[in-house]
Amino acid sequence: MDFAIDNVLIPLVKIGVVFGALSGVIAYLTLLERKVIAFMQVRLGPMRVGPHGLLQPIADGLKLMLKEDIVPNRADRWIFTLAPVITLVPAFIVFAVIPFGPTIDIFGRKVGLFITDINIGALYVMAISSIGILGIILGGWASNSKYPLLGALRSAAQMVSYEVALGFSIMGVLMMSGTLSLVGIVEAQRDSHYWYVFLNPLGFILFFICGVAETNRAPFDLPEAESELVAGFHTEYSGFRFSLFFLAEYAAMIVISSMAVTLFFGGWLRPFPNVAALGFLGIIPGIGWFAIKVAIFLYSYLWFRASWPRYRYDQLMKIGWQVLMPLAIANLIVTAILVLVFGGAK
Amino acid sequence: MAEEINNPKDESAVPPKPAAAVPPPPPKPAAPAAPPKPKGPVPEPWSDPLVDALKEKFGAEILKAYSFIGQNQIEIGKARLVEIMTFMRDNVIGQFTYLADETAVHWPKAEEFEIVYILYSFEKNQYLRMKTRTKEWESVQSVVQVWGTANWLEREAYDMFGVKFSGHPDLRRILLPEDWVGFPLRKDYDLRLQDVEWVRKHLGIESGQKYYVGEARHETPDYITPTD
Amino acid sequence: MSTKETLFDASELTVSMGPQHPSTHGVLQVKLKLDGERVIDAECVIGYLHRGVEKLGEHQTYGQFVPTLDRMDYIAAVSNCLGYCEAIEKMLGITAPPRAQYIRVIMTELNRITSHLLWLGTHALDIGAMTVFLYAFREREEILKIFENYCGARLTTHMFRIGGTQYEIYEGFEDQVRTFIKGFPQKVDEYETLLTQNRIWIGRTRGVGAITAKAAIDIGLTGPALRGSGVNWDIRKAKPYAIYSEFDFDIPTGSMGDTYDRYMVRMEEMRQSARIVGQAVEKIPTGPLMAKLSKIIKPPVGDIYHSIESPKGELGYYIVSDGSTMAYRARVRPPSFVNLQALKQMVAGHMVADVVAVIGTLDIVLGEIDR
Repeated sequence: MDFAIDNVLIPLVKIGVVFGALSGVIAYLTLLERKVIAFMQVRLGPMRVGPHGLLQPIADGLKLMLKEDIVPNRADRWIFTLAPVITLVPAFIVFAVIPFGPTIDIFGRKVGLFITDINIGALYVMAISSIGILGIILGGWASNSKYPLLGALRSAAQMVSYEVALGFSIMGVLMMSGTLSLVGIVEAQRDSHYWYVFLNPLGFILFFICGVAETNRAPFDLPEAESELVAGFHTEYSGFRFSLFFLAEYAAMIVISSMAVTLFFGGWLRPFPNVAALGFLGIIPGIGWFAIKVAIFLYSYLWFRASWPRYRYDQLMKIGWQVLMPLAIANLIVTAILVLVFGGAK
Repeated sequence: MAEEINNPKDESAVPPKPAAAVPPPPPKPAAPAAPPKPKGPVPEPWSDPLVDALKEKFGAEILKAYSFIGQNQIEIGKARLVEIMTFMRDNVIGQFTYLADETAVHWPKAEEFEIVYILYSFEKNQYLRMKTRTKEWESVQSVVQVWGTANWLEREAYDMFGVKFSGHPDLRRILLPEDWVGFPLRKDYDLRLQDVEWVRKHLGIESGQKYYVGEARHETPDYITPTD
Repeated sequence: MSTKETLFDASELTVSMGPQHPSTHGVLQVKLKLDGERVIDAECVIGYLHRGVEKLGEHQTYGQFVPTLDRMDYIAAVSNCLGYCEAIEKMLGITAPPRAQYIRVIMTELNRITSHLLWLGTHALDIGAMTVFLYAFREREEILKIFENYCGARLTTHMFRIGGTQYEIYEGFEDQVRTFIKGFPQKVDEYETLLTQNRIWIGRTRGVGAITAKAAIDIGLTGPALRGSGVNWDIRKAKPYAIYSEFDFDIPTGSMGDTYDRYMVRMEEMRQSARIVGQAVEKIPTGPLMAKLSKIIKPPVGDIYHSIESPKGELGYYIVSDGSTMAYRARVRPPSFVNLQALKQMVAGHMVADVVAVIGTLDIVLGEIDR
């Protein structure tokens, strides 16, 4: 019985909660983007649907689902439908390993606020998020049209380039914590009394920049900008399939933000976990701190989009390979030396 | 209505009213006999070292140099047009390196186009107008090799008037569709005229153009629609 | 290397940008020949907005033609009006009274600010900085309110008449203008903080669309585009019209003739225009608004060319009169038409994404190109 509850019921409940919460967050993130950017641009954003536009995501979702189902003439119908699914599903299943909070007591049972804690968590995240790129390529291919294909290839090339630097940038953290498990990394930060961003700031900066480029967000969003000739891999998509691509983009944003928080900002730890004088901050539970930090990162995403022009494609690729990669390798070497000198979890 | 201004009439040639020649009538409370009309601006001959240099080099091609309302103009023949223009651009007296505008004016009675070039010299800070005349069916040398600006300006003159520029690298219509028939800015092209064939072919409708009685400046049978 | 050509082997790709496209300002079609990402050749196809304005000029009286001209450069309509009215006034040998001249200068300079704000907003939007677009339009709104209060229209204003201006300035005009001018330089600084030192902006605009001064003069470039290449020429200073000689202002020039320099030139021009308006609004003289002229305008037989510095470049009017009430030939020399010719050479060898930046930096308005 215990076994059944521990290993079947509780995970199912967790999956349901995470999936439900995530869907809600993604939906309202679309509204938040429009609102935040609008306020930065001296306007109000959606105001009509519901009070202050709060029902806008529901309206958008309904609209996209009820739209006419258009498939290009000689497109491969199955792959055309499969592509957005291949992009969306990995973005969701990454959340299986992200720790939202510490292990807490519910009704006498110790429940970890994460769906599962596998001992190769970071590797799992990197691997699964790479699958999403496949969906983009297939989407461009299945559209059977010159421009979406070229747009998809550019998007994919961009994502693959920045993935490499992304992987390198988190290695510093992995060396410092000594474990790939995400829960382990958070606990290592608690034990070392410092968030890893203070110990490995360059790694964080690299991670976040590469993360923004991974998700095809501004200022790296040239492949999908409207003012571009090659209008992007999702040109031929409309209706429900488009909404899947759209949601996948926001889900990827949340993934990068959550990973940044987990790896560098102490996950669910409160600020200054070692300073007892700030113990009153413990009023906000771990999951609350996690949410606050992820929110700050998501806000930064929106802020970037509102403020900056976008890079040209060749400048983008140049930055990925000629600037960020060498920096990431340098960061790796320096961190390795420091870890060796000062030992263990420093 | 269109008067020749090749030799602009001196307005003081309008004879004053005869009433002034006879003994003046008793002064009336209202205006007395109409005074002679005030002289309007008249083109005055313009002499300048540049004109002299041009006349020296090109002689008979320089027809006239005059100044009207303070704006200097030179009329030239079209035979050595490109040479003259190259001289204008490169000479040391005033280097007219900038072609502000190039356009055409249609004089139907003489069946001529007058091509107008408006040049500007940065050194002398001076505008200059050069004009040349050509018959409607003859072509004019293109000045594209002298000033690159002339490329589209000449294309537009061709598009609107049908002036042929010889030596232009790419003389085709620019504003109107490629297969339009007719040159709109000519004086014999009515304001409301359309290329009925083009409309039929590309828009799939009948242009509905009617024969405007009394309003068309030049009534040509070609432009009557059969359904009238 | 396989000899069979596939999509990926295409050495030259012809792509048509427009006529309907979010980044071509108006209905402009640009046919690009691409080699991969590089542009080999660009050909502009224009004429989608051709309305026969020059032909209309021959069938409308001089007074009736003025509102038609507003529709040419509809972004900065006041300049069109000013140029034409001054050309006809020159032919008639009259000058507008001083009060009218001051009002004309104030409105024309506000109109220059309007046009540059719209340029800034759309140019930044094309390159990706969306926020500047909305800030610029916020300022533009203020000026359009002034225009609306003055003559009733925001866009196609028809403010001036041949001989002067028709409308008296309204109660509170000077205060409204003063308030706007006082706050405006800070706003320009605000736009600059977002863009000028931003390395993404510099990366997208430095070295893009460069043209030397000699090539610019040869192709007939005028306005801020020419000044960006280092040629210090502004008709307001070279051949002052409408009492510009009484005001104190500078002409900004660039040095390298690329997009970034043209951007800096236009930003500075906005500040200088604000300076002119600030000086003018302090000393508007009293007096009549219209010069004495007969109701029916019949210029003497002859022709005239008059040009002014519109926000886009040299806007010239070549009017041929045959002594009647309608012009014999009303030719408009549109700055954007001649500027657009330079696109071909500016874009050759650049990337596809730069075409959009270059079209933005030339600041074209299709109403003027096509007339």
